[in-house]
Amino acid sequence: MLTNIAERYRSDLYKIIDLIPEKARVLDLGCGDGTLLHMLIEQKKIKGTGIEFSQDKILECVKKGVPVVHGDLNDGLDEFQDNTFDFVILSRTLQSVNRPDLLLAAMGRVGRKVIISFINMGFFKSRCQLMFYGKMPITKTLPHTWYNTPNTHLATIKDFQSLCSELNMYIINKIPFGNKNNFPARVWPNMFSSTCVFAITAQAPEKL
Amino acid sequence: MTKDDSIGTVTPKKFVFGGKGEVALLLDCGKELRPVTIEYETYGTLNKNKNNAVLIIHALTGNAHVAGYHSKDDKKPGWWDEMIGPGKAFDTDKYFIVCSNSIGGCSGSTGPRSINAETKNPYNLTFPVITIADMVRAQHRLMQHLSISKWLAIAGGSMGGMQVLQWSIDYPDCAESIIAIATTTSLSPQGIAFDWVGREAIMSDPNWDNGNYEDNTPEKGLATARMLAHITYLSDKSMNMKFGRRLGKQDNYNYDFTKNFQVESYLEHQGQRFVERFDANCYLYITRAMDYFDLAAKDNGNLDSTLSVAKASFLVISFSSDWLFSPEDSKKIVRGLRQNNTDVVYCNIQSSYGHDAFLLETETLTSLISDFLKCRYKESSNVNEHS
Repeated sequence: MLTNIAERYRSDLYKIIDLIPEKARVLDLGCGDGTLLHMLIEQKKIKGTGIEFSQDKILECVKKGVPVVHGDLNDGLDEFQDNTFDFVILSRTLQSVNRPDLLLAAMGRVGRKVIISFINMGFFKSRCQLMFYGKMPITKTLPHTWYNTPNTHLATIKDFQSLCSELNMYIINKIPFGNKNNFPARVWPNMFSSTCVFAITAQAPEKL
Repeated sequence: MTKDDSIGTVTPKKFVFGGKGEVALLLDCGKELRPVTIEYETYGTLNKNKNNAVLIIHALTGNAHVAGYHSKDDKKPGWWDEMIGPGKAFDTDKYFIVCSNSIGGCSGSTGPRSINAETKNPYNLTFPVITIADMVRAQHRLMQHLSISKWLAIAGGSMGGMQVLQWSIDYPDCAESIIAIATTTSLSPQGIAFDWVGREAIMSDPNWDNGNYEDNTPEKGLATARMLAHITYLSDKSMNMKFGRRLGKQDNYNYDFTKNFQVESYLEHQGQRFVERFDANCYLYITRAMDYFDLAAKDNGNLDSTLSVAKASFLVISFSSDWLFSPEDSKKIVRGLRQNNTDVVYCNIQSSYGHDAFLLETETLTSLISDFLKCRYKESSNVNEHS
């Protein structure tokens, strides 16, 4: 049952909601039709805003009463001052921006905590496709072919962790999960989790 | 000829202030204006809590007649009829809509062609040079006259958008929300340049006579100014789609300097139609007001600081092909608001119509504005219930 719901609603959204306390200030990057922010506003009374690229999705956000700004994540987050938000969220999008490192650093600047759901290229199904078929992997979470994929910066959980330490960002929380069963994902995340939710910060942990 | 979804027949009203014994309108230039007439129209009904009033502010050559018809024989409705009426974006079943003619204009409010009470002659060039803030100050007097203490929203596009932004910082407690469409915090040098050439066209018309024309108006100059300005309201793409290089009635070039191309006939038609409804001196004054508009000037150009006093929640809208009031201009507003953590919704509507899009992209505008207003109205009603 839980798996069904998770599959239907993109399980990482629920993980993200769990991580956010009431009345937090939240920025959702690539907020889509505003589903997550709307849920957070309703359930956690947060003060939130989103950035979205698609005009149709912006109209959906406004319909839900979710504040949203039309923008391109590739343009950076210069419009926001340091520490404007308690949480900055990026759901499954880091791999498709021009410079994931710059965006991640900017998120760390404007938010006290950064929550990222990360698509893991080290997932065993991806590894197997490359290993046994000698072809670029196509999975549920990565359904595109190599020539038309928007996901131009695919990486593994290990790669992501290296980037975090390069940027002097600390990982506070790491919630890996697999497609069906979460147990192996917890034991060996980089092999058995297809996505992983991270909570990280650019600030010294004692200041949080 | 009224349509079913129209608000129907409306009657313009007048509000006069600053007469003898009353406070005059103090202008940015230091002079006083009195008495001041404001022509306005209202649609819908002000509710008991007085929290459903929306002020609409028109663009350069607009007027108070924003929706409906003046009589049953009226051929054309108000200038934004598609947006204002029962069930429309500005829903007259829910909201009380007010639209006034800005001062300096020629559609009922005091302007350069009005009679100076002291001299009993038209002001013409003795009319003081007015600013966007002056227009807003006059509207604020109308607001007091209507016994409204807070607008649910103030909405306007282009020059109307400039006034809307001015409202947000001059009277921050007077609006729940601000809807700024295809506008800017300061007119660009390009905009100033076009205004200059337009005014030069008017002032070099022999009929202009230093602004003291009577029946022989400087039609030619005004029409040229309008044609020039009209080009800035379109985009290269929209002109390509609308006219291409198509010729008029003939099959070949005329090999002369008469109208050969469709686009030439179109512009001439626009110029002609304009002189029938607008005045040359007013055009000078209002374009000057736009040139002078620079919201952050008092803070040495620091827009973040200027916008720090704004309390309303904002809906900012631009159009992708608008090069007169570009999306970049709107992004500056959004950025300034974000720096102050002010609530803002921003949408850059994809459109090929250029600046004119704000009158044409009514479907997307309706979706954005009606949803935005609904939320603001709900919030405002909740606050009222709890207080």
